[in-house]
Amino acid sequence: MRNSMLLRLTALATLSLAPVASAQVIAITGGTVYPVSGPKIENGTVLIRDGRIVAVGADVAVPADARRIDARGKWVTPGFINSATSLGLSEAGGPQFSGGYDDTGARATDGISAAFESWKGLNPVNTFIIPARQEGVTSVVVAPGGGMVGGKAAVIDLIDATSAAEMVRRASTAMVGDFGSPGNGSTNSRAEYWAKWRTLLDDVKAYQTRRPAYEAGNSRTLAASRADLEALIPVVSGQMPLALSVDRASDILAALTFAKENSLRLWIMGGAEAWMVAREIAAAKVPVFTGAMNNIPTDFNSLGQRQENAAMLRAAGVTVVLVGNGPGDGASFNVRNIRQEAGNAVAYGLSWDDALRSITLTPAEVLGVAAQIGAIATGLDANVVVWSGDPFEFSSVAEQVFVRGRTFDTKSRQQQLTERYLTLPPAYRRP
Amino acid sequence: MRSTRLLLALVAAGCATAPAATVPAQAPVPVAMPTPAPNLVAGATSRPNADPFPSTYAPFASRTTVIRNVNIYTGAGPLIRNGAILLQDGKVAAVGATVNAPANAVLIDGQGKYVTPGLIDTHSHLGVYPAPGTAAHSDGNEATAPVTAHVWAEHSVWPQDPQFPRDLAGGTTTIQVLPGSANLIGGRSVTLKVVPSRSAQGMKFPGAPYGLKMACGENPKRVYASRGPSTRMANVAGYRAAWIGADAYRRKWDAWLAKPEGDAPARDLNNETLAEVLRGNILVHNHCYQADEMMQMIDIAKEFGYQIRSFHHGVESYKIADVLAREGISASIWSDWGGFKMEALDGIKANVGLTHVAGARTIVHSDDASYSQRLNQEAAKSLAAARVAGLNISDEDAIRWITINPAWALGIDRMTGSLEVGKNADLVLWSGNPLSVYARTEKVWIDGAMLFDRSDTSQRWRTDFELGYVPNEGGRR
Repeated sequence: MRNSMLLRLTALATLSLAPVASAQVIAITGGTVYPVSGPKIENGTVLIRDGRIVAVGADVAVPADARRIDARGKWVTPGFINSATSLGLSEAGGPQFSGGYDDTGARATDGISAAFESWKGLNPVNTFIIPARQEGVTSVVVAPGGGMVGGKAAVIDLIDATSAAEMVRRASTAMVGDFGSPGNGSTNSRAEYWAKWRTLLDDVKAYQTRRPAYEAGNSRTLAASRADLEALIPVVSGQMPLALSVDRASDILAALTFAKENSLRLWIMGGAEAWMVAREIAAAKVPVFTGAMNNIPTDFNSLGQRQENAAMLRAAGVTVVLVGNGPGDGASFNVRNIRQEAGNAVAYGLSWDDALRSITLTPAEVLGVAAQIGAIATGLDANVVVWSGDPFEFSSVAEQVFVRGRTFDTKSRQQQLTERYLTLPPAYRRP
Repeated sequence: MRSTRLLLALVAAGCATAPAATVPAQAPVPVAMPTPAPNLVAGATSRPNADPFPSTYAPFASRTTVIRNVNIYTGAGPLIRNGAILLQDGKVAAVGATVNAPANAVLIDGQGKYVTPGLIDTHSHLGVYPAPGTAAHSDGNEATAPVTAHVWAEHSVWPQDPQFPRDLAGGTTTIQVLPGSANLIGGRSVTLKVVPSRSAQGMKFPGAPYGLKMACGENPKRVYASRGPSTRMANVAGYRAAWIGADAYRRKWDAWLAKPEGDAPARDLNNETLAEVLRGNILVHNHCYQADEMMQMIDIAKEFGYQIRSFHHGVESYKIADVLAREGISASIWSDWGGFKMEALDGIKANVGLTHVAGARTIVHSDDASYSQRLNQEAAKSLAAARVAGLNISDEDAIRWITINPAWALGIDRMTGSLEVGKNADLVLWSGNPLSVYARTEKVWIDGAMLFDRSDTSQRWRTDFELGYVPNEGGRR
């Protein structure tokens, strides 16, 4: 009962997000607007009504009742999208480790948990969410962690909410899989990994085409549970992308071949050595989600890891989504650092415009939400940030962050601690 | 590298504007603090063994060099705009608005560029947790007993770790390599120059004192949950028991050394290191997240008469920054890490700034092979967060967090960490202001020798491991 309710809510949310703003008109005026979907506009105006962008340009008439935000000297960009996170799913280390919570991964069967949707366990009051929003991140992809088939990723808006369902923008965005290091996971070798995938796809088709026999118990044993087979149907049909974490150049080529043979929509996640096979990736029209702050041969799969990866892929014509692959907890505590990743991408060869696009419109397009977010354009939901300066620079501050057309003044826990200890010892009580 | 910290953890172990009314307008300057004997040869005062693994480092060949028309963060004073610096015989020979360039000097035009001292990282595990991360090279935590002062990190250092050349390329010239944090007392650290060498000895910073790694809190009690310590109170009992034993050992040896009659007392490597701490020859580097635990560690140090040189990872330093300032203890802390365990829960981005303005000697450290390559960016993030919190901190002070302050923590501030005449010519030429995300290192010198030059890939330091494994920039292995 609760499940179907949640599904209905989710469906509603996906189709048309209920505007969270009151019937209010907001005009951001005088700033340099980077719509991303078009050239930058000096002294531009962004008009927001009922949570949506209703006008953008240099000659926009501002209604008399509009709340004006003076953005002279400021930079106005779409809200940033961090497309590789587990935000909201863990805090304070896992139960066995430190006693916090960790809802990132499912207890998979033989490495397969395709039906798992980690976002449904997202904690809307997780204390890492507000700091991310305060630095201009308005949407994130929340992905399940680990396993050959980890589960489904969702696009989440960083609004204050009491349930994950209110935050979700697109629930079933992609099926997440991890090539990992065969030998450490549910397979012992690379060749076995791909063979297991072939068996799995065969069994999804068998389940799909002979469902009555399966339900009647007249089926051979299939390679995954009923729920997981069901969840994989859109992947097999090429509707839902398979987001595969894979790093070694030869493994990336194997993944391209596998996807082509089986008519799967592939995304490459990480792709440490993708630059070495950039031409092949471009030809396959497969997007790569990668970063610009890792040059360490972390393991034998990623020996060629380098910071120019994103720029080299872009130059070869690959669609690049910038995600955190650098130091720190970029998937959770430091989701906010996506702008540092973008700045480093520029330092290592990506154009500034491409870097901005790769954390706004490009992910929106790849994630299938470009009709809603990712740009400052008429008709889109108002995920918009007003910056004090170049958003990639450390010294710049996100002064106004709109998500679905509204701002949030909730103080983060970090802010509250900061304020308490501005004087030492702290004043616990008024005199 | 996420996995490293996770490994360490497992094995062992803007904010919208805040009110600024109560913030001091100007950061107090850290008070003078006792510095250990400057020319201490590492371990030379150990009794009875002087220096069993002496440094064999010798500076690489250098050329007299002048960088002109460049902005210089000296680490010692205000930014010198369009200044110049002369490197001669491995030392800073002159620095200022102009310098006299000898006829044989290599001239580098620094138009629009910046120079800083070589960056220094007080908390590294390069070499002891090398890349690629393998079980065979996981040599950073002797997690077999809670007190292992007898182990020395340098004996785990693999000089062929490909993380070393990447660190250098990030402008980091000196690092302290520490044992992990599984143990209450994890062993001796070693201070290394980030240079190619066949041996750890060939990287050892001549004259740098040793450090002792201690760890508070969750890691030891988790690692030893089944045999103890399994609680914080047992952690404290464990430190005290170790120091009681060390003090007895030191007195026995000191008595014999004063009057060497009869057989010398039996040697004990564990107590030998701890006794050197009590004699003031080894600096204590104490991993400790929480404010309340740091306060207890300060009392333990007083009970046994040693000084804590630096608290590492103190995500709650800002809560006791006044105490750290008073006690002369530096804070080696992250820019923006936290939240990943209970004791890291109160990590805030203003930690560095708040600790600094309270007058404590503040250091931005890494504990991470990636962060260590971008200490300038870490400092810049901390500076920005401090300003968001309303704190008044100069760019120059932010540079000190990654240069002279860590040099002090490692006891090498008379040799490196700032660009002053007579000090080692350890420095970095940046393409722009290193506090910008877009700045890249162009050249890095150690003792006057240019060991990294971004424009010359033919001279790029590649470790033995990388040959045939790691593709070069052209994609060839």
